[in-house]
Amino acid sequence: MKLIFSISRSGRRGSSIPKADVPEMNAIPQRFRRKKSAELPEVSEQEVIRHFTALSRKNMGVDTNFYPLGSCTMKYNPKFHERIAALPGFAELHPLLPQLRHGGALTQGALAVIYEAERILSELLGFSACTMQPLAGAHGELAGVMLIAAYHKACKDDKRKVMLIPDAAHGTNPASAAVAGFDTVEIASDSEGNVDLEDLKKHLGPEVAGLMLTCPNTLGLFDRNVKEICRLVHEAGGLCYCDGANFNAIIGRVRPGDLGFDVMHVNLHKTFSTPHGGGGPGSGPVGVAEKLVPYLPVSRVTKRSDGTYALEYDYPDSIGYIAPFYGNFGIILRAYAYMLTLGREGFRRVSENAVLNANYIRCRLAPYYDQKYDRFSMHECVFSATRQVAKGVHALDIAKALIDRGYHPPTIYFPLIVPEALMIEPTETESKDTIDSFIEAMIEIAKMTETNPEQIQQAPVTTPVKRMDETRAARTPVVADLG
Amino acid sequence: MPYIANTEADVREMFKTIGCDSFEQMWEKAQIKFPPPSLDTLHSGLSEYEVVRHLNELAARNATQLVNFLGAGYYDHIIPAAVGEITGRSEFYTAYTPYQPEASQGTLQAIYEYQSMICRLTGLFVANASLYDGGTALFEAMMMAGRITRRRQAVISEAVSPIFRRMIECYSSNLDIELIQVPSGTDDSAQQRLMAAITENTACVIVQYPNVFGTIEAWEEVTAHAHAKGALAVCSCYPVALAVLTPPGEMGFDIVTGEGQSIGIPLSFGGPYLGFMATTEKYMRKMPGRICGRTVDLDGKDGFVLTLQTREQHIRRASAMSNICSNESLCALTALVYLCCMGRQGLIDVAELCAAKAAFARSEILKIDGVKPVGGEAFFNEFVISLPGDAAEVVGKMIDKGFAAGFPLGRYYPDRKNQLLIAVTEKRTREEIKALANALEAVL
Amino acid sequence: MKYYSEDHEWVEIHGEEATIGISEYAAKQLGDITYVELPSEDDDFIVGDTLGVVESVKAASDIYSPVSGTVVMINDALEDEPNLINESPEDKGWLCKLTNIDTSELDDMMNVDAYDKYLKELS
Repeated sequence: MKLIFSISRSGRRGSSIPKADVPEMNAIPQRFRRKKSAELPEVSEQEVIRHFTALSRKNMGVDTNFYPLGSCTMKYNPKFHERIAALPGFAELHPLLPQLRHGGALTQGALAVIYEAERILSELLGFSACTMQPLAGAHGELAGVMLIAAYHKACKDDKRKVMLIPDAAHGTNPASAAVAGFDTVEIASDSEGNVDLEDLKKHLGPEVAGLMLTCPNTLGLFDRNVKEICRLVHEAGGLCYCDGANFNAIIGRVRPGDLGFDVMHVNLHKTFSTPHGGGGPGSGPVGVAEKLVPYLPVSRVTKRSDGTYALEYDYPDSIGYIAPFYGNFGIILRAYAYMLTLGREGFRRVSENAVLNANYIRCRLAPYYDQKYDRFSMHECVFSATRQVAKGVHALDIAKALIDRGYHPPTIYFPLIVPEALMIEPTETESKDTIDSFIEAMIEIAKMTETNPEQIQQAPVTTPVKRMDETRAARTPVVADLG
Repeated sequence: MPYIANTEADVREMFKTIGCDSFEQMWEKAQIKFPPPSLDTLHSGLSEYEVVRHLNELAARNATQLVNFLGAGYYDHIIPAAVGEITGRSEFYTAYTPYQPEASQGTLQAIYEYQSMICRLTGLFVANASLYDGGTALFEAMMMAGRITRRRQAVISEAVSPIFRRMIECYSSNLDIELIQVPSGTDDSAQQRLMAAITENTACVIVQYPNVFGTIEAWEEVTAHAHAKGALAVCSCYPVALAVLTPPGEMGFDIVTGEGQSIGIPLSFGGPYLGFMATTEKYMRKMPGRICGRTVDLDGKDGFVLTLQTREQHIRRASAMSNICSNESLCALTALVYLCCMGRQGLIDVAELCAAKAAFARSEILKIDGVKPVGGEAFFNEFVISLPGDAAEVVGKMIDKGFAAGFPLGRYYPDRKNQLLIAVTEKRTREEIKALANALEAVL
Repeated sequence: MKYYSEDHEWVEIHGEEATIGISEYAAKQLGDITYVELPSEDDDFIVGDTLGVVESVKAASDIYSPVSGTVVMINDALEDEPNLINESPEDKGWLCKLTNIDTSELDDMMNVDAYDKYLKELS
């Protein structure tokens, strides 16, 4: 499809702007002015709408297709959330307003949203407090490990520079630990997909700041030793970080704070149903146990005895400012609406149905696809396309064949410790009928792998483009149209 | 219970398949062998109508009716309805990161067009697909300069947003990085002081354009000096201003970042916003964040993919260029659609209107007895004035009169307690500006 | 004489100089090479240091210096044609040449026969 730049015609306008009502003062001195205008496209409003509407139709989204992308929790995004986020009382609110004298009284509604969302989240996580500021999951990880660093620093325990990370972890874990200044050491998984306790014990010591553990883990499994793991890390003087990317599996049923974790992030754009937006924006609030509360980022929203809300900055041990303001407020607002709708009983129904749907898929596909860990799973199930590889069909081919059948593919080639991984996360919002159709498609692909593998290898054929030459893209990058 | 499709009959049938007869048995099989939490501080679920009514009430408790002259990096610009219409299309907003290119050409082409827009505005070669916000983008730029130069010292002007600087201080606190903050002052020697601070150990010099006080400066001398010392030059900028100002790429900056809120994204009490970043061809492979590239498919047909992914956490893990994964993709789309609606001339018109109205506001306000100008005549849409007393108090009184009159600088600059930073956008009318000046005169 | 490391780098000695590259096996494992990050001339390395990075679409592999020395020449051709490593890993796809080498470090490396045996054990 043509780029927007190529439909540009000199003199065309796509918007109307108020006429000048002040004397032309030409405030900007000539010497600072650009000599040649920035070549933005010149298109009509209709052309803008038609161009982007056409682009949108080249996408799969949760609203157009089943999207069982493992570890991403692509659940339904309720429509009224979008309307609420667009209310002028929220959308037009300047973030510096409460920092002005008398300004706090003018932003009580917004501060209430942050405070109340934080309170509900703290209860669900089993922690003393949360910060709503982190702007995405990985940003939450960074904030969380910085809290761990601040804790050890306050304890004058300066040697703790190592973060332990299981080999099944998302890449963000080691990357976030590195950005916070830690060295990372990988811990092995055992034959059942749990943390290898012997390997963990071998690496614990006075230089270990903590362990980052995804719970349930990235294999979609609940580590049966999780309490013991937390105990061992604590015994060695470290803290336990819970990566809450998979919180949808246990929401309302298990509180990570109760398991012994000290700090965790959750992804509001996964468990709390805020849209993924084609890659963001997200929101990654961080919950902490009592001993880490003093180090939380500032500002913090508090509730006064008269029921009004305030921003507080006076926390001398705080790690400081991780976000420009109070977090991705528009995302927190949507998540708050979701929390209010679900309520006490609703949260557990989410995890019950998410786990049920995943195990239903696992059991029905088990005769057709191999599993490295043949265990009851949580909210996602991981297959390994090893049987299909023998016929020349890889996880990538299966993914592309699913696209032709109207399904967004599962996550492939992750976790890294499962060869040819296919990680399927249906979420609780999908109906049994949709899931059954998906299962039938997966079975059909498995059968076709036996009879006609070439057809799977050639997929997709129904899409706007076929498989892309990624080697060419990386060898000779064309990354912008400079005009 | 909304949003869950399984009926009781469905659940019974699925239980049969998985070999359970209750949810508790299912949990036990999944290794969760302890009782559920009581969650007794939580309320029962509400209907959509009840939630909407509650949130409407909360929205009404936010005073968005104030006439807004508050900026400090976050601006109240006009957003055409067409922008929300596109970003509200669920094919865009309910999609994931476009890792499957055949099912995501819409998002991918949009990212490519967005990257092209950022390059055209900044005058650089390559932009990434977005970072969280202007502050994190500036921190990432500093880290990137450290990787490239293998040096651990950054020289940063105090005329860079204090909001960004305190974020950089926070992120740097456990790292082996030396931050040298150079006082801005109100005289012309600020650039000289900045240059004097750059040494053979400096990874980068970081400035803002226009600076936090709204002042426009030419930076060629500073960037050339930085390069002579083997350092990089980094600039955080205001994208609307770039419609009329010399692009930073032409002034010799190696990495350009900024807060993209002003190009089509609502203020939304602090986010979601948009961090943008662009750099030269030479440093492309050291840049953090996703990048979309153009290539061809098996049949030779043009299309787009995420590329240069070896820089990223999912491949390089602890030695990735950054830990960023989720970015602000939908905000990048928002900015793209806004820039398309505005177009070449439209964005120039917006920028000229902002500058003209700010100049008008400044001259009206300077007519008031006791109000003095701070800084020179070269400003974009924001300027500083000095008041006879504490600016924070004056702003408090102005709120009672219905104005968010500006940002009192004393909060971040103790020596500027009496100074007020006033922003004017194309939204403000001549009448509103005159009313601001009248109200200010009345409270002084 | 050519020597191989357990990390699949090779070293060939010509007089005072050591030419360094990655083995055919390593090139095959990485798939289509898209980019090579090379050291700068005059950079000093000790054995085990990261000398450069070889990238494919979905992987980035650090190249560890199999011997200590100073870079005297890099293979500029790889900048435009990283695929030379796929096409000719042990000849035209060489990475760089070192001088000031310590030949005693070669004692810890494998000759062709030992490396072939090592590869068989891996598979």
